[in-house]
Amino acid sequence: MVDLLSDSKQELLLGNEAITRGLFEAGVKFASTYPGTPSSEVGNLLEELSEKAGMYFEFSSNEKTAMEVSVAAASSGVRSFVFMKHVGLNVAADPLMTLTYAGVRAGMLVMSADDPSAHSSQNEQDNRYYSTLALMPMVEPSNPQEAKDFIKEAYEISEKLGLPLLYRTTTRVNHARSVVTFGPLKTDTPLKGHFEKDDPHFVNIPAFAVQNRVRLLEKNKLALQLSEESPLNRIEGTGDIGIITSGVAYCYVKEFVSDVSILKLGFTNPLPEKKIADFVRGKRFVIVAEELEPFVEDQVLRIIAQNQLNVPVHGKRDGTLPREWEYSPDTMQKLKDLVKVKSPAVPMAKTQMQLPGRPPSICAGCPHRGMFAATKRAVGSTPVVYCSDIGCYTLGVQPPFRTADFIICMGGGAGAAGGFAQATDQKPIAFIGDSTFFHAGVPPLTSALFNHHNIVMVILDNRTTAMTGHQPNPGTGRHFGGINTDAVDIEGVVKGLGVKFVKTVDPYDVMDCVKVMKEAIDFDGVAVVISKCPCPLLLKKEKRLEKKVCVVNQDECISCFTCVRMIACPALIKKGEKVEVDPNQCIGCGMCRNVCPKKCIEVRE
Amino acid sequence: MKYSVQIVGVGGQGVLLASMVLGSAAMKAGHTVMMSEVHGMAQRGGSVRSTVRFGDEVYSPLEATGAADLIMSFEPVETVRALPLGNKDSAVIMNLDPVLPGNVAAGFETYPEIEDLVKEVRKENSNVITIEATKIAIEAGKAVAANAVMIGAVAAVKGFPLDKEILKEVLLEKVPPKAKELNAKAFDMGYEAMSKQ
Repeated sequence: MVDLLSDSKQELLLGNEAITRGLFEAGVKFASTYPGTPSSEVGNLLEELSEKAGMYFEFSSNEKTAMEVSVAAASSGVRSFVFMKHVGLNVAADPLMTLTYAGVRAGMLVMSADDPSAHSSQNEQDNRYYSTLALMPMVEPSNPQEAKDFIKEAYEISEKLGLPLLYRTTTRVNHARSVVTFGPLKTDTPLKGHFEKDDPHFVNIPAFAVQNRVRLLEKNKLALQLSEESPLNRIEGTGDIGIITSGVAYCYVKEFVSDVSILKLGFTNPLPEKKIADFVRGKRFVIVAEELEPFVEDQVLRIIAQNQLNVPVHGKRDGTLPREWEYSPDTMQKLKDLVKVKSPAVPMAKTQMQLPGRPPSICAGCPHRGMFAATKRAVGSTPVVYCSDIGCYTLGVQPPFRTADFIICMGGGAGAAGGFAQATDQKPIAFIGDSTFFHAGVPPLTSALFNHHNIVMVILDNRTTAMTGHQPNPGTGRHFGGINTDAVDIEGVVKGLGVKFVKTVDPYDVMDCVKVMKEAIDFDGVAVVISKCPCPLLLKKEKRLEKKVCVVNQDECISCFTCVRMIACPALIKKGEKVEVDPNQCIGCGMCRNVCPKKCIEVRE
Repeated sequence: MKYSVQIVGVGGQGVLLASMVLGSAAMKAGHTVMMSEVHGMAQRGGSVRSTVRFGDEVYSPLEATGAADLIMSFEPVETVRALPLGNKDSAVIMNLDPVLPGNVAAGFETYPEIEDLVKEVRKENSNVITIEATKIAIEAGKAVAANAVMIGAVAAVKGFPLDKEILKEVLLEKVPPKAKELNAKAFDMGYEAMSKQ
């Protein structure tokens, strides 16, 4: 792996690696996050490198807490960086909306990694609106080099204004990879500061808040001036057709459209109004190319109106460009009647052949399989609503499990379960992961107890935050950066709240889980079942996975296919009337043996 | 010059490593490089794709549909699925070792005959070269070296602009020291297998 602390000149970096290097070059001394794709790799890198970089870093229990710890650092004079995926910023929106009122004393960036096309997300919200909502300046890089370089620029802007900045990226910036030129590491920023008390700034009671809003609006005027002068907003090329663009959309315009003048925006809140007006003036027409919402476009239309310019604008509002999904070189073809676009290749035809689907699926030997199989068996024909949540277990939506009827957000399944319990006669079963439980599962569980909701909560404790790349969470304890903490005991937390039915099970013992789930479903009130078993992918990564494999004794197999139907493990291969085990995929967990009525599957060391 | 490779396969097959090797080799050869990778949910056994673009005036991390110069496919069904990424003039390397999707393993769906999949590709593209990367890797010493076989095969693609030695050097930099010999052998065997066709 690339050494992000080296004095190397150039490296081939993933956007998230470039961002991490950018933090070191900007002398950031405090960082916090809750993992979420497409921002996750930054956390994994800081887990490994923060101590060496002389920086404090933590995985907080959720984005709101991550925001708050970073705000405290920046308010004390320590440069801080809080980062998350786009929907994470919803969780952190509460502190966000007032921290601009308070302001900061050292630079602070809030990175929102948006996910157009929802590659790993539940929606494709455009978080640029948070910048206008919170009156918070915003910077948007277009590629890995800018993703690194703009960090430094953004900290300077933040400190000039005494305001945190929104650092907005998208999947194709975070997960693009390109050659990045390194700059020097910054070493003169403090690791520790001092919090100078100042009630009118930091105590946002009504009397102070209204004054702070006035000051915030003043700071935004200064921010506008900085945006007008910023090299992050630049013009490339000449001509009487203009394209205004930001983010990764710039890359597609730059490479696939020619004979136009481009206004490339990197400092996108406040937008440089005068620069935009001057750019538009005299153009035959302008195109605004940006992903998702017409954030820039609507303001361009407003700026044109205020300046009484008579220049047509093409973009999303007139239907020239799409508002849904991420852009690509293909999107530029929509501009071909307006500008010169590189002509498309003639692609090979899409096949008419019936190809088997290959959606992402739960891994071979994943403990979630056992818990889903047991739950299905225990439920039988009882009417239930499976409330699922955000994590690998989301994949339970697929057959044969179909253990996800309702998914909205982190902790949302647990909350909704209470509503289903009251509003329907269906029994809600809420699946939630260990990390998600600490993130947003405790308040809905508390509420369910408080209101006597008849629900079952199944905590799928696989001892890691798996989907985002195996980050530690409160349930595992912290063991990096010179800090070691004890694991927070989930069973203890649940019992401490006052839940009367609490049972911890081994999901590999599927048939035992069936019994426990039956009791839980019959229980009147809140029942919690904790399925405790480490993620095999994590064990593999840490070289802790014991070498075992399942083998079917073909002489005794009665071809009932109970194993295939219940566990549906990808390592179980149905060949005609037989079942075989793919030794390359099998981890020897023995779930298939556990459900086999003839016990004719052997687990070999 | 501008060249783009679409690498397709299944999560866990080494698509990311292959794209890193190609990208690093292009960088070493002094090209501008832009790549795009799939991380996150799709890595859980789903179809994955990586894009590697290099040369002059390269800005975009994604390639236009149909514009791939080379489709490097680790899996037969994924090759057929990926056809629209390239055109009739694209080079296509097709590994013939299947990875069965969960629903095929469980008997809910069927996996087409490999022969039919190859025919389907040939119908659209006469340049396609098939390779049994896993089989060759086992001959070289170990199945895990299938990745190196595939990279060796790329080095032999007609018109591929990166030097064979640079590719091999970068590959060997990225594998653990004790696996160097195996990977070097697998790379050479992939190159040979491709050159013969």
